[in-house]
Amino acid sequence: MRQLLSGNEAIARGAWESGVDVATAYPGTPSTEILENVAHYADIYAEWSANEKVALDLAIGAAYAGKRAMAAMKHVGLNVASESLFYSSYTGVNAGLVIITADDPGLHSSQNEQDNRHYARFAKVPMLEPSDSQEAKEMVGAALDLSEQFDTPVLLRTTTRTSHAKSIVEVGDRRPASRRPYQKNPQKFVMIPGFAKHRHPVVEERMVNLAEYAYACPLNRIELGDPSLGIVSSGPSYQYAREVFPDASFLKLGLVWPLSKKLIAEFAAKVKRLVVVEELDPFFEENIRMLGLPVEGKNIFPMVDEFTPEVVHHAAYTAGLIGQPPVEYVLAKGALPNRPPVLCAGCGHRDVFWLLHKMKLTVNSDIGCYALGVMPPLNATDTIGCMGASIGVASGMRRGELKGPNVAVIGDSTFFHSGLSALASVVYNQTPVTTIIVDNRTTGMTGHQGNPGSGLTVQRDMHLRVDIEAVVRGMGVEEVATVESRDLDGFEAAVRRAIESHKPAVVIAKTPCVFVTSYAREAFQVVEEECNGCTLCFRIGCPAIHKSDVMDEQHNRPKAWIDPLACVGCGLCFDVCARQAILEGALKAQSTLTTQIA
Amino acid sequence: MITANFLLAGVGGQGTLLASDIVAEVGLCIGADVKKSDVHGMSQRGGAVTSHVRWGERVASPLCEKGAVDYFVAQEMLEALRWIEFVRPGGTLLLSDQRIVPVSTVYGTDQYPPDNHMILTFKQVAGKVVMIEAQKTAEELGNPRVANSVLLGALSAQLAVPEADWLAVIESRVPQKHVEVNRQAFFIGRERSHLI
Repeated sequence: MRQLLSGNEAIARGAWESGVDVATAYPGTPSTEILENVAHYADIYAEWSANEKVALDLAIGAAYAGKRAMAAMKHVGLNVASESLFYSSYTGVNAGLVIITADDPGLHSSQNEQDNRHYARFAKVPMLEPSDSQEAKEMVGAALDLSEQFDTPVLLRTTTRTSHAKSIVEVGDRRPASRRPYQKNPQKFVMIPGFAKHRHPVVEERMVNLAEYAYACPLNRIELGDPSLGIVSSGPSYQYAREVFPDASFLKLGLVWPLSKKLIAEFAAKVKRLVVVEELDPFFEENIRMLGLPVEGKNIFPMVDEFTPEVVHHAAYTAGLIGQPPVEYVLAKGALPNRPPVLCAGCGHRDVFWLLHKMKLTVNSDIGCYALGVMPPLNATDTIGCMGASIGVASGMRRGELKGPNVAVIGDSTFFHSGLSALASVVYNQTPVTTIIVDNRTTGMTGHQGNPGSGLTVQRDMHLRVDIEAVVRGMGVEEVATVESRDLDGFEAAVRRAIESHKPAVVIAKTPCVFVTSYAREAFQVVEEECNGCTLCFRIGCPAIHKSDVMDEQHNRPKAWIDPLACVGCGLCFDVCARQAILEGALKAQSTLTTQIA
Repeated sequence: MITANFLLAGVGGQGTLLASDIVAEVGLCIGADVKKSDVHGMSQRGGAVTSHVRWGERVASPLCEKGAVDYFVAQEMLEALRWIEFVRPGGTLLLSDQRIVPVSTVYGTDQYPPDNHMILTFKQVAGKVVMIEAQKTAEELGNPRVANSVLLGALSAQLAVPEADWLAVIESRVPQKHVEVNRQAFFIGRERSHLI
């Protein structure tokens, strides 16, 4: 049967068809939908682990135990899991293990554009890269077979484009894999120096064997066309290149590491000019150049940002590879207003960053929806690095004798991901830093997944909720306050008290997510006669508040207007309005509420 | 075989992705190779959303090249202006007259561009501009969410694809109780969209 599937859906389907029994992940764009789709198959055990390293360790353990396993994560998630990738390269597996790394060229939702093909070379494991959904599905099975054949974890790399684009997939049935019984073998599975030393030559030999295998690997193919131009490419870049160079010869790589010298040399001998079309780093290009072959790539195509058909077309035209120029219009559009990502109407994080901005604190923030606290008009945030960095950086700023107070801000899911060990370090070293845990009971930015604090699993079971306050107190933090972010005065007092304690302190701010809870009141309204267009409520950056067509005549400026369809009744505008020009919405009937918040 | 490049653009919450899923499924129905790709930022609501759909004998890239879109369905005026360069010279723009004002015009100095300026720019690129009162029509039908079906109806009038294929896909993608109102919306769009 033919279905239109995204790359992520196809990977989930491929895992099911290829007999995967255990699948793990931590949510992260663009990889999130892989596990969400795996979770629909009742014959696979699927879990959101607390972070990517835990997810990979779990998948490794399942493979040791004899079940086919998959761990999925975004590119930077593999940084978190990298230590486990490296040891599993040495130990090898038992049953097949595939690790999905979903890279994000173009930074659609990431802090960098790292090219994870380097991890394959670095950790000495093979890597596959699909260029559409059909290949994505097939390569999951191919990766598991290779994993068992060569006793190695196998990386499968997608990019945002392959993960999210939909194309036609021929779906099949599940082929259950036979269990491969676990046998105790410490020399293979225990990586103490004396044993690991003997595994390293095994790894080197494996990579030599894999490079030999790469020559005849059916995932690599030569498509001979016009011999004057030979393109080496993989992934979505291959698809763009296919459109821009319809007549050229192609070496299409599906096994992107290790590379077959013999295959590349054979292809190079058939073409006059060898050009690599690859997004991000010159990974193929440099490895081909090391073979002593004349090759071009980054002299023509950009190193930064995502490729698109027009990027490839434009670069190819500029370099004289093709004669047809791209379509260019000269339009007097002027500067268009952007639609930058904004916190949703009613988002509890808006209370937090409104307050922190008002208190003029230095804010060391973290990864999640609340990263938007840096955007205008809130402009509250000073630093964001990676998952869990907030607490360590905030501690370092204290040790670095920053002038004036600072706070760490971290979400509930991020706290469980990698904030726990940082907070333990704060307690251990008695660093006088305040951590604000913004707890919205969900993993918001990736689409509202459960986490240890919510107890909701990916297969929709409700388990124990890990109690953040009990965890923090159990670690030995003495200055702990739990407040509602909507209680601005109580929240401000708690933050002040925490900072002034000059001790390790935690403020847990309950910040409602409008996707999981609803407010008790209907939409608020502006009382037109009272509003004088002072702009105070504009400065909370709420997408429900607009400039009215009605002007305040005394000041000649527009009054405020609240869009009744967008307002969810949080009341922050009511709190900040200095003229009592905002009318509270009526109380909703109890029956219309899901989880009610004040 | 119909070979066509479609671009759909709107604002998060307008149902751009569902509408483009429907266009892609219709392509599947008529036996085309189909690829589809969405482009959107981090925001949950209110961000700019585009979706590329391609039908053909054999489609390689899931993204349409700038300047190569045959049919551009814009659910919002400013988004139409933002992405107008994707339309091929002489291509078709199907435009909902809806305006959704971005937050940046509220706290900043950004201005929403005036209608006449936008329409002149559209006509510089597109050979055909079809204006659709999708939102007003949907509200008259008593369900603001069916604006998309009005637009899809208008798009369907441009293509030699059996009406039944469109209806079958739409019906499979909307809740049972909303099928009838979506059918009505589709037919209004198919019959009443007009050139400007």
